[in-house]
Amino acid sequence: MAVEITENKNTGKDLKVIVTELLEPVRKERFRNKLWTRLLIFLIAVGAMAYIYQLFTGLGITAMRDYSSWGMYIGHFVFLVAVSLVGSLVTAILKLLNIKWATPITRISEIIAVAAVALAAVTIIIDMGRPDRVMNIFLHGRIQSPIVWDVTVVNMYLLISIILLYLPMIPDIAIMRDTLTEKPRWQRKMYHLLALNWKGTAEQWKLLKKSIRIMLIVVLPVAFAIHTVTSWLFAVNSRAGWDSTIFGPYFVSGAFMVGAAAVLAAMYIILKSRPMMKNYITRKHFDMMGRLLFLTGLVYLYFNINEFMVPGYKMQKLEGRHLLDLFVGREAPLFWATQTGGMIIPLILLLFKVFRRPLPLFIISLLVIIFAWTKRMLIVIPTQFNPTLPIQNVPESWHHYIPTYYESVITLMTIAIVLLIITWFAKFFPLVPIWETARENGHENPHEKVVLDDIKK
Amino acid sequence: MAKKKKKSGSDSRRDFLRSGFLLGAGAVAGSGILAACSDDDAGTGEKVRVMTTDGRLVEADPGKLQPVTGESAENGDEVLSTYQKRGREGLTGHHWVMVIDLSRCQNARKCMSACQAAHELRPEQHHINVLQMQDAEDTAPYYMPKPCYHCDNPPCTKVCPVNATFKRKDGIVLIDNLRCIGCRFCIAGCPYSARIFNWFEPQLTDEEKERIYDVELNVPQKRGTISKCLFSADRLRKGQLPYCVSACPNGVYYFGDRLEDAVTNGTTGETVVFSELIRENAGYTVHEELGTKPQVYYLPPKNRRFPFRRENIYLEQEGDDETTVSTI
Repeated sequence: MAVEITENKNTGKDLKVIVTELLEPVRKERFRNKLWTRLLIFLIAVGAMAYIYQLFTGLGITAMRDYSSWGMYIGHFVFLVAVSLVGSLVTAILKLLNIKWATPITRISEIIAVAAVALAAVTIIIDMGRPDRVMNIFLHGRIQSPIVWDVTVVNMYLLISIILLYLPMIPDIAIMRDTLTEKPRWQRKMYHLLALNWKGTAEQWKLLKKSIRIMLIVVLPVAFAIHTVTSWLFAVNSRAGWDSTIFGPYFVSGAFMVGAAAVLAAMYIILKSRPMMKNYITRKHFDMMGRLLFLTGLVYLYFNINEFMVPGYKMQKLEGRHLLDLFVGREAPLFWATQTGGMIIPLILLLFKVFRRPLPLFIISLLVIIFAWTKRMLIVIPTQFNPTLPIQNVPESWHHYIPTYYESVITLMTIAIVLLIITWFAKFFPLVPIWETARENGHENPHEKVVLDDIKK
Repeated sequence: MAKKKKKSGSDSRRDFLRSGFLLGAGAVAGSGILAACSDDDAGTGEKVRVMTTDGRLVEADPGKLQPVTGESAENGDEVLSTYQKRGREGLTGHHWVMVIDLSRCQNARKCMSACQAAHELRPEQHHINVLQMQDAEDTAPYYMPKPCYHCDNPPCTKVCPVNATFKRKDGIVLIDNLRCIGCRFCIAGCPYSARIFNWFEPQLTDEEKERIYDVELNVPQKRGTISKCLFSADRLRKGQLPYCVSACPNGVYYFGDRLEDAVTNGTTGETVVFSELIRENAGYTVHEELGTKPQVYYLPPKNRRFPFRRENIYLEQEGDDETTVSTI
């Protein structure tokens, strides 16, 4: 079935219907949502126990050793930073380019960004040998170290992303403050505080729009910086596989691709969560996000060709040994699965309209996300097994890296926390922006008292 | 009365420590003097000569001497801060350099065991590691001891976020295990894999645990932090050659001071001119194209003084079973 791209299915929708439908998930929590939350809490509890064990025993409970001294944690950190970039892609870039169709998915992108970057910071602390000394970074910080740059930009990006999530939410919070009277006292109080006395006056609108625009511009350089600096954690080292000048754009393009996939997956889950969501997240949105995924994937493919073909043509001694490990050696199965399953196959499928529908896109997105994760492992780990001087006189197990159960459940814990943050957020705030949707439907001021009073009853 | 006397005793001891007259454990003063230490027989007029940690020879009343090992908690902090301070400053007026003669190394591994004993390392942890090298398929295999190269342009200290690893004035690259946060960026940064990490709690005896941490020895080892070859900075302070250099039975190692242009062989005790040794034997540094400026030089493995057992050599990356590594 053809999808009409130009058609806006929301045109002329009643304000009352919009507010009621979009507030529905906040009003009534479904049983399966509770079940999902419990599963996540269980995973977090298991991971937390493993982490406590790690705190008392040392990083030795992971498979990391002197040669592969960075493992799953660091790879996962890079992955989370990559996912978090989507906030700036969908919110900032698309909004600044005045692309209207992105409106319903801005908030979900932004909460994914906030949750992912917050847990990226947590993952770095999990990876530290002495988390008790984390304050040393501030007490004895050296501005020359890329880690200090990374800490700076990660925190800055987290802060800006929270602001960028919060600012456009103020009018919606005000709507909830005025309508959700059945909620418990603390929750109403929370809305009351967060709404910052929003009344929807012309002056308030002017101020809000101006601040959002400023933040949209501010977030862009920080977003590029966060992932570029993350790539430098590797590229600044003289090691085969990391010693690359294109690591910055290579990482950023890969991040945009996995970020677009993450938003697509979230869109599908929201679509399936409530029946009326199909009025807001339509096939058009899926089609457009599918195209965006294709575009970002194409850029990523270009950087992949550069990253592997040029050193592969030269086959210098160390670089060549590393590449042979990836192409035909012990990493080859994972490498080729990652490159084809996470990039080439999705790119081919996305060319066809039939695959840019919700369910196929959901499956493609999951593929992209899973293989984006394995790709980060392939960037971080194999390089360390091809050092300048041979690995000798160490136990056999130090020659390869197979993650232990402990580090796996700890990593799983961070994923569960990301999902739990998003789930809890959806419990208290509408994932699709109400006022922006209302505006697109021709309601200049969504904060109409008569309508809101009507909904309250 | 007795109480009063004790108090003044501890005060003077503190002054003694403050003025930097610290004793280098039992190594210099000897256990006999340490056994004689007590507050009661202070002021006997008898003097002993001891060397201070900064290398000066001084006279002191044996009654005022206190052992550094097993310090009481109150001096512990002062000793520690002295150790930390002098450890960061280094020995001024020196620039240490090592020369490794590959033609003499026959994989006796005495350097490795001496080093592991001095630094409380596990058997699989190496500050110095004798590698079996073969540069290309048809070139001659050889043994190559690999300590830390104490580069003059160290990539490891550059990336440290907290200044836990640093290069001193005398050229030694050290690690402060009390500051290290365990991010392991320096391991990633070192192209020579010279650094190791304490993945578990180090297995130490109670006595070892109680030792005051010495940044020049990395002892006691601390869990979750980095360690590596220190050029035996503690021994240099005492005017001795590094542990590995002294332990070698085959005359592989020369160690000395670049500024004096002299290096001493750890086995024969012979001192030679550093620049001549390098010039006449075509000395080189490993992977100098990385721009790290290593301070460990190698003399090529030519005219070897022992038959090389080719069967004991494995190519890079192949094999790892320690039992195949034979000691000749």
